[in-house]
Amino acid sequence: MTTTVLTDTVPVPAGDPAPSGRLRLVLARLTAARGVLVGAAIVLLLFLLAFLGPYLTPWDYATPNYTAIRQPPSAEHWFGTNGIGQDVFAQTVRGLQKSLVIGLLVALFSTVLASLVGACAGYFGGWTDRALMFLVDLMLIFPSFLIIAIVSPKLRGTGWLAFVLLLGLFNWMITARVVRSMTLSLKEREFVRAASFMGVRPFRIILRHILPNVSSFLIIDATITVGGAVMSEAALSYFGFGVRAPDVSLGTLLAAGTGDAPVFPWLFYFAAALLVLFVLAVNLIGDGLRDALDPTADAGRPARTARRPRRRNP
Amino acid sequence: MTPAPVTPAPPLTEPPFTEPLLAVRDLRVDFGPAPAVRGVDLELHRGETLGIVGESGSGKSVTALAVLGLLPGTARIGGSVRLEGRELVGLPGRELARIHGRKVAMVFQDPLSAFTPVYRIGDQIAEALRIHQPLDRAAARGRAAELLDLVGIPAPGRALDSFPHEFSGGMRQRAMIAMAIANDPDILLADEPTTALDVTIQAQVLEVLRTAQRETGAALVLVSHDLGVIAGMADRVAVMYAGRVVETAPVDDLFARPRHPYTLGLIGAAPRLDGRGGPLVPIPGNPPAPGEGGPGCPFAPRCPLAEGRCRTAEPPLAGAGAHLAACVRADELAERGPAPSEVYPVPELPAPADPGPREGRAQVLAVTGLTKTFPQLKGAVFKRKVGEVYAVDGVDLDIRRGETLGLVGESGSGKSTTLYELLRLAAPQAGRIELLGQDTARLDPAAAHRLRGRLQIVFQDPMASLDPRMPVGDIVAEPLHAQAVPREEAARRVPALLRQVGLEAAHADRYPHQFSGGQRQRISIARALAVRPDLLVLDEPVSALDVSIQAGVLNLLQRLKAELGLAYLFVSHDLSVIRHLADRVSVMYLGRTVETGAVAEVFERPRHPYTRALLSAVPLPDPAAERARTKVLLAGDPPSPTVRRQGCRFRARCPVYAALDAGRRTRCEQEEPQAAEAAPGVDHTAACHHPEGR
Amino acid sequence: MIRYLAKRLSYYAVLLVVAVFLAYALSCTALGPRAYFEAKQPRPSAAAVDRQLTALNINDRTPVVERFATWADGLVFHADLGRTIHNTSVNEEFGRRIWVSLRLLLIGSLLGMALGVAGGAWSAVKQYRISDRTLTVFSFVLLSTPVFLVALLLKNGAIAAKNAAGHEVIPFTGYETPNLAGGLGAHLGDWALHLLLPTLSLALGGLATYSRYQRSTMLDVLGSDYLRTAEAKGLTRTRALLKHGLRTAVIPMSTMFAYSFLGIFTGAAFTETIFGWHGMGEWFIQAINEQDINAVVAVNLFAAVVILAAGFLADALHAALDPRVRY
Ligand code: SF4
Ligand code: SF4
Repeated sequence: MTTTVLTDTVPVPAGDPAPSGRLRLVLARLTAARGVLVGAAIVLLLFLLAFLGPYLTPWDYATPNYTAIRQPPSAEHWFGTNGIGQDVFAQTVRGLQKSLVIGLLVALFSTVLASLVGACAGYFGGWTDRALMFLVDLMLIFPSFLIIAIVSPKLRGTGWLAFVLLLGLFNWMITARVVRSMTLSLKEREFVRAASFMGVRPFRIILRHILPNVSSFLIIDATITVGGAVMSEAALSYFGFGVRAPDVSLGTLLAAGTGDAPVFPWLFYFAAALLVLFVLAVNLIGDGLRDALDPTADAGRPARTARRPRRRNP
Repeated sequence: MTPAPVTPAPPLTEPPFTEPLLAVRDLRVDFGPAPAVRGVDLELHRGETLGIVGESGSGKSVTALAVLGLLPGTARIGGSVRLEGRELVGLPGRELARIHGRKVAMVFQDPLSAFTPVYRIGDQIAEALRIHQPLDRAAARGRAAELLDLVGIPAPGRALDSFPHEFSGGMRQRAMIAMAIANDPDILLADEPTTALDVTIQAQVLEVLRTAQRETGAALVLVSHDLGVIAGMADRVAVMYAGRVVETAPVDDLFARPRHPYTLGLIGAAPRLDGRGGPLVPIPGNPPAPGEGGPGCPFAPRCPLAEGRCRTAEPPLAGAGAHLAACVRADELAERGPAPSEVYPVPELPAPADPGPREGRAQVLAVTGLTKTFPQLKGAVFKRKVGEVYAVDGVDLDIRRGETLGLVGESGSGKSTTLYELLRLAAPQAGRIELLGQDTARLDPAAAHRLRGRLQIVFQDPMASLDPRMPVGDIVAEPLHAQAVPREEAARRVPALLRQVGLEAAHADRYPHQFSGGQRQRISIARALAVRPDLLVLDEPVSALDVSIQAGVLNLLQRLKAELGLAYLFVSHDLSVIRHLADRVSVMYLGRTVETGAVAEVFERPRHPYTRALLSAVPLPDPAAERARTKVLLAGDPPSPTVRRQGCRFRARCPVYAALDAGRRTRCEQEEPQAAEAAPGVDHTAACHHPEGR
Repeated sequence: MIRYLAKRLSYYAVLLVVAVFLAYALSCTALGPRAYFEAKQPRPSAAAVDRQLTALNINDRTPVVERFATWADGLVFHADLGRTIHNTSVNEEFGRRIWVSLRLLLIGSLLGMALGVAGGAWSAVKQYRISDRTLTVFSFVLLSTPVFLVALLLKNGAIAAKNAAGHEVIPFTGYETPNLAGGLGAHLGDWALHLLLPTLSLALGGLATYSRYQRSTMLDVLGSDYLRTAEAKGLTRTRALLKHGLRTAVIPMSTMFAYSFLGIFTGAAFTETIFGWHGMGEWFIQAINEQDINAVVAVNLFAAVVILAAGFLADALHAALDPRVRY
């Protein structure tokens, strides 16, 4: 497919004119990474379990049954029953549902916030940058746990959505910092310079050039944040600062079951196992995505670019 | 290194007393399925210099690393490498380590990343010494200082305690050479040792390599993409293409009578500083990717002499005496000895419409006395100001319609800063910028935005200047959108633009990574042309490209200029390219314009001592001419731009100043030289008090 | 260097003051000590409640800024953190608990870091071998388990061991055996045994985080030019890796240290509560439930100082490890 328009035409290696070269590369790498497939399958199954599970069992998660107290798992009560005879399977499934939704919403919220703050701070620099970074430093001084715990008495009665907002509000800072430093280096890249020399307006540059080029990182980070948020939720709820009755989440289930764990393990270990399984699956996906999406990574080699120091979530 | 399958080496035919120091036979390297080196034979004798030349991806560096056994674990190595008769391929790591540094030492391309950043230079050299010699700390340190002195590092005692990042590029490469010769190796392998350096520094480092070779009597293997460097240094040359040696010969023979079309093409594609050599011949197409290509000659798809038989079997490296070539038509070439342009199709460049006398043409850009200082910051986490960097300090530029001004300077000369000051379209700190008749200090935002459409830029790195996440069509249309051209109109213009730079309209849907370097640079050019600018700023547009590709882009630029009547501001460190493309040239040193004039004038009769040194430092791809030249070597590195000096800022390195008597020196010391015309009416000015070298 | 450190410290001081004020204001608005007193039996009169609240400087009818001024005045000029809701001294309680927490924090974070760096480096060198894969799986599972769950699991394990053996094998409550007889040696041994499970809960998390990160920085270094130079000099691969590779690859760990300390701090709070250590974390959870503003603020102050100190330490560590940022 050589053209003859010019004497110095450069032949382009033949190939179908698919614009999706990058996408195909990513897909190829993704399928090569077994971790992602396993992780995705587990996540999918857990979602099915969380949202279809309630229809699989005749029992309601909230209705006590004083005739069947602390029964071990059986054909009737798959995960057994608790101290007031509620079906543990129905409860676990219900808690899982809440935890998953919370995780997703928190990740979405905090990633959007982080990318906006980070990109603006990095691109505009100067006082915008200084002010935003002071805010980040300020918010990083306290573990988010402390602040959320302090605020929690105020939240009594507002429901779990306020809790989601709080979790998101205290989870974006490190991501924003990474986005900022990536923006700083992107800003020096020639295609961004070229755009600004051409007269493209700043917000358009952020939207068209900066954010698409940090999107790999954002996707990976958001994935891992889902896991982190689920763990945070569990911890806060465990200590009574998060989701409260009548809502149930994995954290409240763990809190309720912990005292009985040595004697009535089913009250504790089903919820614990599902929690770990879900976060593990999400982390597997995140890690695989990192290898697949990172444009600088060779196939099979771990990424070189800004690896977010992964924070231990409580 | 993974233990590699050892294949028995073919029996050496030479009698034992001429046994080469190093004999490489049928060396094969592959990473996964794609072979990077496909059967290389090389020989190296005591004390000689072997040049290995080739473009990126030709396998030249891999060959050098494979000889040392320094390839990553994923590489599989076959064939044989014999050092003084001892087989190195498959040798266990411990045995190899004993040879590394003591018998064979290596100088790498990028001296910054080649030193461990956290250890002091002295400690790293002393470590090299103590691995192989029973020296105590103090003795090793003393010896390290001697070595640094040998390679010309001033105050070696203090230099020992420096960290690598505190050295300049040239100093680091000297230190690297010092470390390589620490144990008197028999072989010195230098992999692109000067590619990351400026020309005047390159000349210094090549000189140090010669010294090192003389002191140790080592044989030198010099790997380079630069024909000029090879021509000046090598005794014998091997040309590599697609993982094989395609031609090898003594240096004079190779350059005078190349027998492989590829070698011929390389010579024809390189622009020459002396202005001889005629139009550049681009080699069409791109080198094959590893693993790609049929059974025949790997050069066949690009070869103008290819015939049917070329595609059936790969021709072996053959010939009489020391001159071997892997081409079925080598004998023919040897007999005929054609010029490159007789073999390769030379693109026809439209003659530039005679723009008329210079004075009569409209001024596109006029810069006078431009100044830009930066605060000098220190500290990585917390920046604080410790002084001023005088990045640009008195730059004058003058471009008229239809004209190309070449802006030359080494790193730190302030040429990039000058560009960015121009492109900001704002009031400069001092001085005056007039673009297309408008003073940038007086522009309101709307006028500045409109002016952006008439001034476009092409950057150096074709990978970095295109957004990897955007299809090419959008990239090319971006300046149109920025200038608020309606969407349909923009979409309509894209195919024509792509065709104008030698690409296809169908390429608009693809992404930048699907193109080769030369093609990406063409996309950049198409983007710049989209808004039909009057002035194109070209910031090192070809320095990231291989010569054979570079020639095509240079020809394209020439054609566009002739067709569209563009004016270019062409920034480059490569004087040969400037000579080839520019009408006028402006030389910068330490933030200041030191010489300006018509290209032929400046290159043939340079008046400023710096320009003379710069010109003499550029190696010519012609061994005979290279040997005949007298070289002006500059001492040391450019001084720091953080101090404003009284008098001439080139003084500390100026060879003319050094030769002056005290009385005549005072002028250089006290008076800043101003640009002065060579003769009335001649387009040639220089800022030097003693322009004739007297 | 001195100037740099001074500048850094003054920035931290500003951050600290603003942050503590915000925490104070937040605690004052969110917590309701008035309700706590009003719920007492017999119910005290409104005036009595008011008096008591004012005496403790937690009266919600006094403007927050005024209360903060009084509190800060006490802190700055008398090193006094105020009174708890039970009218005891916050200082005393603070002094008692701080050592309990610091012991756990220091040992847990340092141990986690040391193990993680070693494990990550080992893992990178043995990339894709069994040992690497084992460590990878292990750290993945740990990374996916919240600290409080790790602590709970360890505790349940200890309880199970006790039930099986009939006596306590590894202690899982408190930081010392009350009224232990014996000399210093016995006491030290007792402490160490009590430290085991809580420290492990923290250190395991650190191990997982650091080892993953160290492994990836180490892998980045594996392909570096200077490692090749070191080999070209005549070092064997292993020695080059240890001397040149690892030394450079630990530099980014200093940043990691600052970030991960946030998590470690929170983890310590959980661990204390779960293992019945009377430390800062346990106090905090208790204080929130009792609407004890001054105690909550005191713990916040502690958290801020510890975290800033960790940040400062990380900066200093970075400067010490990397000559490129020295001054
Ligand atoms: S063998 Fe044929 S294709 Fe190859 S270089 Fe020679 S003439 Fe060209
Ligand atoms: S003015 Fe003097 S020091 Fe400067 S370049 Fe001319 S001769 Fe050299």
